[in-house]
Amino acid sequence: MDIHEHQAKEILAGFGVPVPRGGLAYSPEQAAYRARELGGDAWVVKAQIHSGGRGEAGGVKVCKSEKEVAEFAAGLFGKQLVTRQTGAAGKGVYRIWVEEASDIAQELYLGFVLDRKSERIMVVASSSGGMEIEEIAEEDPESLVRMVVDPAHGLVEYQARELAFKLGLKGAQVGQMVKAVRACYRAYRDLDATMVEINPLVITGSGDLVALDAKMSFDTNALYRRPQVEALRDPSQEDSREATAHDAGLSYVGLDGDIGCIINGAGLAMATMDMILLSGGEPANFLDIGGGASPERVMTAFRTVLSDPNVSVILVNIFAGINRCDWVAKGVVEAYKAEGLTLPVVVRLAGTNVEEGRRIIDASGLPLITAETLAEAAEKAVAARPKLAA
Amino acid sequence: MAILIDEKTRVVVQGMSGRIGKFHAEEMIEYGTNVVAGVTPGKGGETVLGRPVFNTVREAVEATGAEASLLFVPPPFAADAMMEAADAGIKTAVSVTDGIPAQDMMRVKRFLRRYPREKKMRLVGPNCAGVISPGKGFMGIMPPHIYMPGRVGIVGRSGTLGYEAASQMKDLGIGVSTSVGIGGDPINGSSFKDILELFEADPDTDAVMMIGEIGGPQEAEAAAYVSESMTKPVVAYIAGLSAPKGRKMGHAGAIISAFGESAQEKVEILSAVGITVAPNPSAMGQTMADVLAKRAAA
Repeated sequence: MDIHEHQAKEILAGFGVPVPRGGLAYSPEQAAYRARELGGDAWVVKAQIHSGGRGEAGGVKVCKSEKEVAEFAAGLFGKQLVTRQTGAAGKGVYRIWVEEASDIAQELYLGFVLDRKSERIMVVASSSGGMEIEEIAEEDPESLVRMVVDPAHGLVEYQARELAFKLGLKGAQVGQMVKAVRACYRAYRDLDATMVEINPLVITGSGDLVALDAKMSFDTNALYRRPQVEALRDPSQEDSREATAHDAGLSYVGLDGDIGCIINGAGLAMATMDMILLSGGEPANFLDIGGGASPERVMTAFRTVLSDPNVSVILVNIFAGINRCDWVAKGVVEAYKAEGLTLPVVVRLAGTNVEEGRRIIDASGLPLITAETLAEAAEKAVAARPKLAA
Repeated sequence: MAILIDEKTRVVVQGMSGRIGKFHAEEMIEYGTNVVAGVTPGKGGETVLGRPVFNTVREAVEATGAEASLLFVPPPFAADAMMEAADAGIKTAVSVTDGIPAQDMMRVKRFLRRYPREKKMRLVGPNCAGVISPGKGFMGIMPPHIYMPGRVGIVGRSGTLGYEAASQMKDLGIGVSTSVGIGGDPINGSSFKDILELFEADPDTDAVMMIGEIGGPQEAEAAAYVSESMTKPVVAYIAGLSAPKGRKMGHAGAIISAFGESAQEKVEILSAVGITVAPNPSAMGQTMADVLAKRAAA
């Protein structure tokens, strides 16, 4: 789960990371008021969306007057901001962060991620901040400092000190860095984060460290014990279909093709999508219906897939273990009738109660296309697509 | 002999008193699995499916000599139950639970390191279908009838894709020595390499089907092991050719976040060390059949 920059800054400040003073606005007038409240003669106005690359997409501006703040904010509110991370649809701007402008002498990078190789939290830092970490890794790999944290005793002070020296910090900055690094680690650990990133972490003209930007993501599996994190969820930044599917116990990811997929198991779902691709088609989505799929859940899956207007064929592929083919078949038949479907539906069933499942499909009298194997199902789905006008 | 479980392995089920635990324990017993006890804190002294239930794993091990444990424990308590099993002397634990926080697994892996190698519990999963040695016994949630006894090992992240492989092989008359689901989470108990090592040492396994997916470094680690130390042929399939970078595909671990984690890159890494990669997921069984035939002819 992602949160906004202003939320991440508030959290990290609470753990002791220095951040610029700022305020949140829901309207251009409020943005101007925030600038007046903060005082000074320059402010950074930042669109709050769940994405990086906001600056180059025109979502961030240094403004020199309250009028400029209000005008820039007015142009942003309600806009779908498209960055290189959002996809073509972009993400809606409904809140704006106004903060005091900082005097930047140097930009650093500081990140915390789950390293799957060591199976521990890894600190990644660089003296080349401001760029994306991938770019740093490509353009200035020498500057990258990595450090793995043992969960038994956490991040020890000397590790943070070593990191500060490797980044070339001097004097009071070393102590500030140690404090910031340990604060980020505590925030990561205590709130079940999966990512903390401060980019850039700047050294100001007066030599102090300040987090100019902040990003945090959280482990959705741990939200049950982090209600304060769950409260930060912003549905306006989520794909509404993915969110609806999630609430119904389905795992859904929208893609660009036209063959809607309803499958049980994440691995089989990916494999089926691959098979579609290899057969010359393109999947419209990833959808894992999960274990114990009732006819109701199958109905919900159909509705979710059909909410994508690009879908022209539906492929159902179920290899039942804890699932039961007869239940799935009932769900398919009910969904077909209830939704008044006219588009082609290919059904491949295997595993528990498969004979009963196939009998239900055959006896339904509906024009469902059946397949025995994964390859056959994918080929039939690709062949069943309506012919596009040349 | 198979690996991890056979007909003699004494299995305890943590969470057997619950609805799901009881349902699957019953299937396991029907199949011939030697389930000796259940463990549910607070239900000690009761009997479920004709087996005694204990309050702690330690009591169950002391009373029944249990060597293996299958955990049906909800996510908030799963890590604790794994550590309890490890400390009670369980040799092999299988966790099917989906949705365990990553930091809990980090703690479990760190906890397991306190034991010397010969006393360290082998953890399989979480978020996996389990382990089955066809005709002998199983610990998990898979439909056992789709597996035919035989001499090919299966190791995979995904449950249903593993079923797909087993049933394709069965259709071609190829049986399975043991099938192991290592699970779809970013931090898991056993890696591909861990299980390949067991298959390499198992006299009842002739070849291995390895089913990977996008995300994580474990397929590459397995490739290095195969290249350096494995004598038995390995056939592989990697799911996620069509997956876009940065989007999580169902499994918490199925996300391309680093170089070498896409399906194409993994296929290249595996092919480079001589692993035969099935061209598509419908050809897993046939690819294995071809590799076995080639080996028999040689």
